[in-house]
Order: sequence, then structure tokens, then C-alpha cells
Amino acid sequence: MNLTHDFSPTPEVDLASGKYVKIWHGPQHPGITGNMSLELTLCGDEIVNCKTHVGYLHRGFEKLMERRTYIQNFPLVCRIAVPEPTFNEYLYSAGIEDLAGIEVPELAKWLRCLNLELMRLGSFLMWLGGASGAFGMSTVYQWTVTHRDYILDLFEEMTGARIYHMYISPGGVRAPLPDGFKDRCLMVMKKVEKLLYEVETTVLNNAVFKKRAIGLGVISSDMVDAYGVTGPNQRAAGYARDTRKDSPYLVYEQLDFDVITATGSDAFDRTIVRYQEMHQCVSLIRQMLDRMPTDGAFHTPTPNVLHWKIPAGETYVKAECTRGEYGYYIETDGSEYVRRVHIRGPSYTHAIAVMEKLVIGANIADVAGLMVSLHTYPPEIER
Amino acid sequence: MKLKDVISPFYVWQRAFEKPYTNTKPIDTRPGADAYRGFHVNDIDKCVGCSSCQTICQNHAIDMVTTDKNSMPGDSGLRPRFDYGRCCWCALCVDICPSGSLHMSNEYAWVSDDPDSFRFTPGVDEKPWYQHEQGYHRDPNYNLLKLERAEMDMLSTEEGLKSFDEVVSGYNHEQAIAEADRCIECNICIATCPAHMDIPDYIKAIREQDLEEGLRILYKTNPFSATCGRICTHRCEDDCTISHLGKPLAIRWLKRYIIDQIPAENFARILQDSCEENGKKVAIVGAGPGGMSAAYYLRKQGYRVSVYEANKRAGGMLRYGVPTYRLPDDQLDKDIDYIISLGVTMHYETKVGIDIEFNTILDNNDAVFLSTGLNVPSNLRITGEEHPRVVSGLQVLFDTASGNNPNVGQKVAVIGGGNVAMDAARVSRRFGADVTVLYRRRLEDMPADPEEIKEATEEHCHFVTQAIPVKIVPADNPNQAIIHWGEAEMVDDGKGGRPRPILQDDKMHTETYDTIISAIGQSGDYSFLSESIRNDLSLKWHKFEVDDRQRTRIGNIFIGGDVANEVADAVSAIADGHNAAIGIHQYISEKV
Repeated sequence: MNLTHDFSPTPEVDLASGKYVKIWHGPQHPGITGNMSLELTLCGDEIVNCKTHVGYLHRGFEKLMERRTYIQNFPLVCRIAVPEPTFNEYLYSAGIEDLAGIEVPELAKWLRCLNLELMRLGSFLMWLGGASGAFGMSTVYQWTVTHRDYILDLFEEMTGARIYHMYISPGGVRAPLPDGFKDRCLMVMKKVEKLLYEVETTVLNNAVFKKRAIGLGVISSDMVDAYGVTGPNQRAAGYARDTRKDSPYLVYEQLDFDVITATGSDAFDRTIVRYQEMHQCVSLIRQMLDRMPTDGAFHTPTPNVLHWKIPAGETYVKAECTRGEYGYYIETDGSEYVRRVHIRGPSYTHAIAVMEKLVIGANIADVAGLMVSLHTYPPEIER
Repeated sequence: MKLKDVISPFYVWQRAFEKPYTNTKPIDTRPGADAYRGFHVNDIDKCVGCSSCQTICQNHAIDMVTTDKNSMPGDSGLRPRFDYGRCCWCALCVDICPSGSLHMSNEYAWVSDDPDSFRFTPGVDEKPWYQHEQGYHRDPNYNLLKLERAEMDMLSTEEGLKSFDEVVSGYNHEQAIAEADRCIECNICIATCPAHMDIPDYIKAIREQDLEEGLRILYKTNPFSATCGRICTHRCEDDCTISHLGKPLAIRWLKRYIIDQIPAENFARILQDSCEENGKKVAIVGAGPGGMSAAYYLRKQGYRVSVYEANKRAGGMLRYGVPTYRLPDDQLDKDIDYIISLGVTMHYETKVGIDIEFNTILDNNDAVFLSTGLNVPSNLRITGEEHPRVVSGLQVLFDTASGNNPNVGQKVAVIGGGNVAMDAARVSRRFGADVTVLYRRRLEDMPADPEEIKEATEEHCHFVTQAIPVKIVPADNPNQAIIHWGEAEMVDDGKGGRPRPILQDDKMHTETYDTIISAIGQSGDYSFLSESIRNDLSLKWHKFEVDDRQRTRIGNIFIGGDVANEVADAVSAIADGHNAAIGIHQYISEKV
């Protein structure tokens, strides 16, 4: 296994020689995880060059936020990462609270944390289906998406919406848990756990999957810090780093969990790390349902949101999302509008920079599998 | 590669016969969760059209549109129309709704081939989901509005009773900022305020700590802000949109905060009233709030203004009717002195009709504004009321304001339930008397401000309601009088109006008092007007008929204040003065 990476630029190829063919992989290709594309140069079925292209769903969130009041940004940010909106809600709120000096009530911290872990599980389930599909096992996709739907049902109860929850608002959360939520949530966890063992049988112990995924898209350990690789991609390369452990936020300090790592750093080990993190999610959710307070305030009143001004300042808040470190840099200037927001999503690194390097030498048929194994969400690249 | 890895994938067959989780609409339907954010529902009668939903909507999905609802005090008459081509169902509109009328149903499916139908006004356009009980409602513990008022520091009741010092201390900086922050800028109060003051704008000036701008905004519509900041009847607060779920904004105290922070000597520099002479002359009869307000706005436009006042000092009822614990003299002077400083000519102790003929004034000026006020107390119309120990409330207040002790004695009865009655009662308490208020109807029928009634109660004024005075007879002690009063029964008038008190002859009481203060209303004295003028000006229920610019049937006579205004409070008189100034300016400009 090659664990040192060649950082020299990819050599130019002579397209006129007739030896090469250029194809576009995406933006509509089902193996691409959303609207981005790879411009691939092939020699036979081997990839010799790759250029990543984004811009298909640029909506200019960071700029839009500068023209909206603080409360108006709250329903906007969830759209930045469609399958995983909650992390945006949390980080935006946490940043604003930091700048405005608002202390969040204890119950709100637990509810936020529960929301984030449910989201992580739902997001991983969708990813697991995508990963199985990319390696030719679409049946599993149907199972996992169904189970994600059970989680969306929980969200619907808890937050009032399935995808764009708009639940974590500056100051706390919008509503307490509905009656009987704990039991229904535990029931879903049971179902998900059963599914995970089935997935282990059908995907992780699958000769075809092993054959194709082991050794595919190895992220060498010196690439990790050079490219800013985070999350399961980094942990599969042997780095025991997790924002939840390293700089704990919300109630993670009160929960029992270990950082999961692997050593192979290929598509297979990344899948294993995520698979184990899904078990970890189930355990965290159970711990939280057990230990969280049942009543109390869930929202700290903010100043009047219609003309809320926040003193000048800057902050960077971060959280561990499914793909790695998700961060919000927010700068305020004392007005009713945010001066600048910069959103650091892990997909930018993984899908644009790392992908271009990993795909060289891979087989055209494995591009989709490799792309999915990095777990990227193009909407979060184009904020 | 193990054999297990080849065999185990066949496990997928196990789920082959499982029922899918998705449903086949329209055969199956699945209702949204209890708190699902579905289509909007608006309780059209509860909604006041404050536009907060429109303001907070980041997608511009909400327009305020006219409906069958008429605009009225506290209700703009507009209702939100939603454009579902823009809505993102974030429910911020529900969270901010200060009347609590807006919420969402849990219905989420709506199929139509007409794109225009997705723009609708909830509550007006009939929709099937209005009957759904489920759906997103704002949790009572989740509030984007601040419903509680910033506390106001006040003298304790015991302290207040010891002197005529002002009871209300006024907001400090933190209190004012906190209170100003509660405003949602819906502008509903502007329509209610008789003077149509730019209330949200001056509250904004407080928030932005630009009090000089605040002062300029106040003077645009009201030159009596120090006064109104203390004793205004604040109908704006009654209609404040926040009052539907919480306490209305303390608009009056905020106005007072601006004025209190700026010393009188800075007014000229901040307001920059230039008063360029235009060579025209206007006379004003009565230096009360109406007259002086007209004087201010006329002087600003360059008119030479002469004000004729019967008393020693300007202010009218504000000076001689409102006790100093509510409105200290120096604060009234702050308002009046600034107006006079602009070059208004004052003629004090000049009674029109006695010291100068009204027609002389009329002939020497381009226009005249009358705001003489109601200063003749109404009679009780019972036998014995000419007893020397029966005095009018106005007289007690006048004496007190003039610095004379009205000598009410130890035991006082006040007859009436209006503001003058409350003031007379509270003044008597400050002179050490035990006060009983006799009112012919019920407590809830009293025309006095609720806060006056509350404070009078706190100051231990004893209220006897449904009590009708029958006669007053002399007591053995010549310094006392005996009142006979009977209990009244409230009888429905049969027309849906307020019930009438009917005297019950068998339930009579007698009581001896040192002073009996009658405060059952007052009327105007129009004897200074000649018969012909009085006939030309149309009088209805003792009040002159005027239009919205205070014009009368005689072109150069304008009338305002209590003698024309149904409401008869200070701010209405001030508004009349402003309107008259506009009317007079129009009249004189057109005449030339």
C-alpha cells in the first residue's frame, strides 16, 4: 500500500495522439453525489487525469446572509447541506449566541445534541445506501432509505418538518419533545440496529464489495494534514481525531463514546469506520434519551428579533458532522446584519482537491464508488 | 476471500416480500405529525393586520392586502396573503405573530392546475384545512417578542401622599432601551394617536440612542411632549399590538424619556425652528394645549401670533386642572416656554368679552382660533347644592394649582367618576382628608382612566358605587354639610346600551362631610361671542361643529380643543391645534 503521496502536478496528456478519451462524469451521473462533475481523461478504462467542476447549484448563501437579519438567516442556513441541514442550524445559532453573549438552557443543549445525532444517523443511512448502490447493490439502498424515513418521521414529530427542520434557533430550540417521543425513538433505534447487522451480512461481508473497495482510493497519511482531510476519511487513515472529543460542545462530554479509527485508509476501511459510527450514533442517542432532563426552559429569550443588533466581533465555531469538521466563521459589525459568514464544509476539500488526486489510476467503473466513499455533499461546497 | 463472503449476500432475499414503507397517494393518505408545519391558517377576527409576518418573512412570500375588514383603531384592516411559490414553511410568521392569530395546519398536499391559486389569503379564501386541529402552533414558552414591560420606578403610596411631588420617576437609560426594544414597528399606534405621532420612529431613535432626532420627531406633531409624556390618555397603548399577548409598550414613558434627557436650553439648537415672518396675523383665544399647539405650528410658518388668556399663566387645564404630582409645573413650563420663545405674543389675564371685545380681535387678525376649554362646572341639580361646603372639583384643583389651600377639611365626599373627580379626591387625600367617592354607576362604568382609579384606590380613597345624591342639607356645624344619597339599581336600557342607575327610595343613607366636591362634568362659557356669531357657528350638545381642519361656518374662525372635540383630552386638543394651524394656513394662503 502506498502511504506516501506524490504531490507533483499531474502531467499533461496529448489528446491528439488518439490514445486518450475525455469524458464527463456528472453532473447528472447517478454515481456522483449531487450536482458536480468530474472531467476525466482515460487511457483505456484507466483514469490518467481528472478535473473537478462545481458551480451547478451555486446559490451564494454567504452573500445572501449579509442581506438578511439574524433571525431571517435561521431558515436559510439549513439549505447549505441538504441531506444534513441540522449542523448548519446548530453552528449558525452557536456562532450568533457566542457573539451576542447568550447562554443556552441545559435542556436545549440536550435537544440540540439529540437532533444532531439523529441527523448523523439519518445522513449515514442515506450514504450507506448510496455506497451500496455505487458498488452495484441497489437493494440495500432501498432498505437504508426506508430506515432513514423512520428517522425523518421522528424529525417530523420533533421539529415539524422532515428535511429542513429549522429547529435549532438562536437562543435554544423551538419546541420541547412531544409526548411519547422517547419510546418511538427507541423503537426506531431497534429497527436501525437490526438493519445494520443485515448490512454487515450483505455488504461488508460481500465478496464483490471487498474485491472492489479494498485498496481503492487510498488517502496517504501525509495527505491528511496537507489537504485538510477530516472526519471518517481521516479516522480511516489512523488519526484518532474527532471534534466531539477534542473540543467538546453541547453535552458530548457527558456521553460515553470512543473515537473509531482504522488503518487501511481505502474505500473499504472508510465504510467500516462509518458503519461503526452508526452503531455509535445509536448508542449515543440511547444514552441521551436516558439521561436528558425532561423539563425546563428550552429557549433563552433574545432581544427583539425584528431589530436585533449584535456587537462587533468575530467567532469560529465548529462541530463534527458526518463528513468531518464543519465550521462557521462569523463576523459582525454592530448592525442588524452579519458582516461576513464563511462556512467551512469538509466536502470542499474531499470532493475537489482530494478526489482529483485519488482518482488517478483508478478504473472508470470505480469512480462512483470512490466518490461516494469520500462522502461529499456538493451543496455545501457552493455556499 | 472466505466462502461466507460469497454466500451471505443472498441474505437480501429475506426482505423481498416485505411491505414497502411508502404509500400510494391518493389511495392511502398519511396525515402530517401533530406539530407539522403545513399550510397556513389565520384567525381573521383575531388578526390585527400588524404586518409583522410580512416584515419577518425572508422570502417576501407575504403581502398585506385589503379584505372586507374595515380598518379601525387597533386594526389596520389588512390581512396577510401568502404566495406558496415563495414560502419555505419556516413558520417565522407564526412565531412572531403578536396577536396569536396565525398558525399552521398539518396538511401538506395541495394539487391544482391553476398556479394563481397558490397565492391565497388564509381565513378569507376558504380552504379545507382550516378545520384541522393539528399543525404548528408556537409553543407558549418560545417567544420572539418581549411581552413584559420594563419596570417603572415610582414613589410608594405613603411617600406620594406626603407631598405634591411627582409620583412616577421616569425611565433611566437601561429601562428605556429595554422598553424601546420591544417595539415591533407595526405603526398601528400612529393611526390611533389623535396627533398621529410617529411613535415607532421616536422609539427607534431611543434604541439608536439618537435622542436629538427623537426630539425632532416629537415636535413634528406634538409641541407638548413633556406634558403628554406624563399625563396623556395614551390610547396608543390601548391599541398597541403587543397588548394582545402581553403588556403594551410604555409609549408614554418613552416619550417622556426623550424629553427628560434633553435640557430646555438645547431645544432651539436641535429643533432649528426658523419662523420666517410672513406678515399675517392670527389670534388665539385660550392658552391651553390646543391654543398653544396652534400657536407653535402657526409661528413656525411665520404668522404673528397673539394669544389671549384669562388666567395668570398659560397651560389651561394642564396648569389648573392637573395636579402637580402628575404634571409638575416646571415640566409644563418646559413645553410652553419653548413655544413662547419663538416669538408668540401672550396677553395674560385678558378675558375676551370683558377686557377686549371678540370682534376687535376678529377685525385685527387674518384668522382666529378659539380653544377656550370647558371651565364651567356642571351643577348637581339637587336641592341644597348652593351650601357653602359644596364646591366644584375644578375649583379645588384651581386653588391647589394657584398655590392656595382649598381647605377641604377632614372628611370629604367627591361626587362623580371622571378624571376631575379622581384628581380632586387624590388632592384632598394629600391635604390629609378622608375621601369617599360617590358614583352613580358601577366601577367598570367610570369614565376616569383605569390607572387613575387604581392609584386613587391605592391612596385609600373609598369608593361607593351605585350611589345617587338626593339632597344636601346644612349640618349643625356651619362648616359641615349633610348629604342624602340613595342606592341605585342598574337597569338594562333595553337598547343594548350601558345600563341606567335607578334610585331605590327604600335604601337611603345620610352622611356628614366637611366638604362635598361635585365633579360630574363641565361645560363651556361662550358668552364672549356675540349672538349673531354664536348663531352662525353651529353648536351641538354644547360643542361647536368643525371639520377635520377645525374650520367652522365662518371662514376666519377656527375652533378646537374641548369645546369642539368629543374626546376632550389633552392630546386631542393638541392635535386640533395642529390641524387648525394647517387649516388656517390653507385659508389665508387661498385668500391672498
